[in-house]
Amino acid sequence: MNAPTYNFAYLDEQTKRMIRRAILKAIAIPGYQVPFASREMPMPYGWGTGGVQVTAAILGPDDRLKVIDQGSDDTTNAISIRKFFQKTAGVAVTTSTVNATVIQTRHRIHEAQLGAHQVLVYQVPIPEPLRFLEPRETETRRMHALAEYGLIHVKLYEDIARFGHIATAYAYPVKVNARYVMDPSPTPKFDNPKMDNCEALQLFGAGREKRIYAIPPYTTVQSLDFEDYPFEPYKHKACCALCNAADSYLDEIVTDDKGSRMFVCSDTDYCETRQAQGHRGSENASPFAESRHA
Amino acid sequence: MMTTIAEMPAGFADKVIAAQSTFRTVMDAMARPGSVQLIRAVSGVPAPMMRGAAAIALTLFDQDTPVWLDEKLATSGDVIKWIKFHTSAPVIADAAGSSFAVIADPTSLPEFDRFALGSPEYPDRSTTIVIQVASLSEGPAYRLSGPGIDGVTVLRAAIGVPDLADRLAENACRFPRGIDLLLVSGESIVALPRTTQFVAQEG
Repeated sequence: MNAPTYNFAYLDEQTKRMIRRAILKAIAIPGYQVPFASREMPMPYGWGTGGVQVTAAILGPDDRLKVIDQGSDDTTNAISIRKFFQKTAGVAVTTSTVNATVIQTRHRIHEAQLGAHQVLVYQVPIPEPLRFLEPRETETRRMHALAEYGLIHVKLYEDIARFGHIATAYAYPVKVNARYVMDPSPTPKFDNPKMDNCEALQLFGAGREKRIYAIPPYTTVQSLDFEDYPFEPYKHKACCALCNAADSYLDEIVTDDKGSRMFVCSDTDYCETRQAQGHRGSENASPFAESRHA
Repeated sequence: MMTTIAEMPAGFADKVIAAQSTFRTVMDAMARPGSVQLIRAVSGVPAPMMRGAAAIALTLFDQDTPVWLDEKLATSGDVIKWIKFHTSAPVIADAAGSSFAVIADPTSLPEFDRFALGSPEYPDRSTTIVIQVASLSEGPAYRLSGPGIDGVTVLRAAIGVPDLADRLAENACRFPRGIDLLLVSGESIVALPRTTQFVAQEG
């Protein structure tokens, strides 16, 4: 074989060392954004280059990798990243949440509870929770240094003044270990409570913005709110049309141009596992409909 | 005539896989302070370094990380040569500029403010101190709590650093600035990041 070969998991060893050192400091300072020398990856920014670099730096030959995009194992982004690591690292891949040791995610936390043997890697577009309130990096750095977070409370207050409730539905800001305000990446706020006191290590990589941050296991993650307007996770008031789950985060799917819609679990593994256990929703096909003619 | 030259101890046999496995061990240790983790990768070790400290050096040190060595290590020419040859890391005399420090004699550990503590804006620019200790399984008991620990965990260790609990309490007051510790005994390691509360257990 004369085909070009890559180093294990694509990145060269010096890059991995640099990312690994950043990860260790990120764990030591929960919620703080560590700058790192993000590399160009063979995929465009916005496709998870930060998450991919973090995964490449931690992945070993014994790991089982799962990649989800908005809860789904079957979307282009998830499939291409999974294939990328199959090709460059030869690691085992899985769609099963409980069997995975490293899970890279774009914008969702799956429904199954994470265990201590797992690491969750988030793809992050804009790591700075204060960025849309203060565009200057020098200023946001200082605001974090001084724990000067009044501005973000003003933003939430303005939501209440304008809409009567906190209208922020995703990338809902959290405070980690009672110190750093952190962007949980654009996960729906439904997922925020899962980050709190989680058994697994959570790592965040932002490739274009060149930042890595982390939440160690068993760390408090508090969604910002007010005493009179407490944080409320949001989901559609419906059950999954395929597996009838009432506790999962639901995607709304438009089914025709007359306003019909259905709601299904965003987490495909959760939904399929429930269907395999015999749970049936209002819309799924009868289990024997596709059986072969006798 | 053959001249006998003392051979330099080897690095990792399989650099890529050994570095990955060692890093995951260190990452697990850092994510779960107080837990004793085992480094499995095998390499040559220059005396008086321990196996775990050598593996950490081969995994995390390179030309971008100035390294400070305590007197016991610095006076052993083998260690400096070995670190420079295998990792290309500059070995420097001023601890305040170091990314990593390696301590073979815990009783003579300099005060933490001799090392890099990071700035309020960039608290990550601080020294990680690797300390070789007598035991991470026997010795006085310490109660640890903080991020990464489910409630409270107890660490039994013979660390040998005088006033360590007081120094770590002072270190915690500087948060988010501060140093992070990696304790090594043979191939066992325990991490004490700056967020860990560390108190000697009564009785």
